[in-house]
Amino acid sequence: MMTLLLLFNVTNGLIIGAFYVLMALGLSLILNLSNVINFAHGGFLVIGGYIAYAISPYVGFWGALLLAPPLTAIIGLAVERVLIRPLYGRDPLYSLLLTFGLSFIIEDGTRFIFGPQGKPVTIPTFLSQPLSNELFFITGYRLFMVAVVIVAVALLFLLLRYTRLGIRIRAGTLDLETVAALGINVQMLRSLNFAVGIFLAGLSGVLAAGQLGLEPTMGTGLLMPSFIAIIVGGIGSLPGTLVGGLLIGVASGLTAVFLPAASEAVIYVMMAVVLLVRPRGLFGEEGMMS
Amino acid sequence: MSGGQGRKLIALSAIWLVLLLAPYWMVPLGGYTALATRVLVLGLAAMSLNFLLGFTGVLSFGHAAYFGLGAYGAGLTLKYLAPSTPLSLLLGMLLGGLCGAVLGTLIVRRRGVYFAMVTIAFGQVFYYIAFQWNSLTGGDDGLRGFSRQPIDFGAFRLDILGNENNFYFFVLFCFALAVAVMGFILRSPFGRTMIAIRENERRSRFLGIPVERHIWIAFTLSCFFMGLAGALYALVNNFADPKGLHYSQSGDFVMMAVMGGMRNFWGPLLGAAVFVVLQDYLSSITVNWMSFIGLLFILVVLFFPRGLLGFLQRSKA
Repeated sequence: MMTLLLLFNVTNGLIIGAFYVLMALGLSLILNLSNVINFAHGGFLVIGGYIAYAISPYVGFWGALLLAPPLTAIIGLAVERVLIRPLYGRDPLYSLLLTFGLSFIIEDGTRFIFGPQGKPVTIPTFLSQPLSNELFFITGYRLFMVAVVIVAVALLFLLLRYTRLGIRIRAGTLDLETVAALGINVQMLRSLNFAVGIFLAGLSGVLAAGQLGLEPTMGTGLLMPSFIAIIVGGIGSLPGTLVGGLLIGVASGLTAVFLPAASEAVIYVMMAVVLLVRPRGLFGEEGMMS
Repeated sequence: MSGGQGRKLIALSAIWLVLLLAPYWMVPLGGYTALATRVLVLGLAAMSLNFLLGFTGVLSFGHAAYFGLGAYGAGLTLKYLAPSTPLSLLLGMLLGGLCGAVLGTLIVRRRGVYFAMVTIAFGQVFYYIAFQWNSLTGGDDGLRGFSRQPIDFGAFRLDILGNENNFYFFVLFCFALAVAVMGFILRSPFGRTMIAIRENERRSRFLGIPVERHIWIAFTLSCFFMGLAGALYALVNNFADPKGLHYSQSGDFVMMAVMGGMRNFWGPLLGAAVFVVLQDYLSSITVNWMSFIGLLFILVVLFFPRGLLGFLQRSKA
């Protein structure tokens, strides 16, 4: 019984961790290249989820899964173009405040359009069945979600490693000035990078919608753990973000078994310990944090 | 030079005159005294944040935590320890300041956005503690069951609970004390060093200034002031709310400082006044006031990044 409970919570933790990873990778991309803390990232998750909700009656779940993330990314592109682009090169305080205000508008706007009640997104029936009676908590949908996250993360890393865009993003993260001096359109690079980050937020929105249902406030709850995933993993390191997200997911899952009240607090304790013992984070490079 | 100083003196007297007479001009204008008290307390909080943000140049986005700690410190003191208003203010301030001092040691080595991120994340720790520790803090419902107490001067008692005006002047007194100390620190060699760090950190370091230690001291001092503001806020409402610890409250404080003008000592107070009055008005006319506040954030960032005072000063020059 105990092992089952443990397994149940570790699985939960991994699944939650997968969400943190998707969110945190997008945040991390934008933070590393453009020095912008995107407070509205949770808002974009909500947008992705509600787009899926709005279009799934017409295109079905699979269509929504395919269409909602790119649509969210297009909205993200527009936001970057109009609101965030004027702020590059200014104190990061301003982009922080702006995206903070934007998250208010998105939350309030979705509440205004769709109402404060939660909305369900129907998932195909064969996915909602548990796979076995013993392990009732492992539904097809949860496995499917984890698979999608794995594929998305793998594609992201392949994109960054092998494509021209990815190589430029990585180079820009290290030294944007030199990249600009080499004749690369930095504005464009930042826009595309932002769009990739928002795409991931949109994707997590669709996946979360199928698992948890939709609420206008759902993004804010995921934002803080994503921050911590980035800090724990080490700022500037995407693999670090990946490990950080899974780690805090599992840690809060395990704590839920032994000390349920502390399951939220434990990730902050982890962050404090990491910052004490290894200030740059698990995979962070020396000097990245200062 | 003397003309500039004369103007400064006039401005200063005008500010204090406006504050001293607030209960008398605010009510005829359609406000209420408690609104003026709130402006004063949140203004103190925004000025405390700006002590760090505007004068040391490091961005804390988690300062609401120390504000909220001050509020809970004051509330818990009144509820469980002793029915004494000064003691509750003192302990609230200590709680906020000491927690800031401890966490500050983990935070001060970071810079820029990373400083902001770590401050946000640590700030949330206290939010979760207040949220989860139901038996002590009242959890999501907030801490209730206490009220500010009359102040005993031996010869007479000052009723600050029933009499709104008395309470306003009491808060103004605390505000004046805190602001005087803040101004004194900023004029001292330490304050000048803070500004030097803001202007050019590398150069300050080469001059042999222990930058981390200075930032830590500035952070801690600012948390003490923040704790005092939070304690006063608990007295204003006779209530401490976990939302007061949340990072969205921190965002409001940063907004007040930016909107008023970060480079000006009094800017955050002006920002707080505009913000509080606007929020009060908007939430009374529309349920979608959040959108309007969000829009305000965006407009200020895009069009008035120097804040109201910065804007006025530049257009004068």
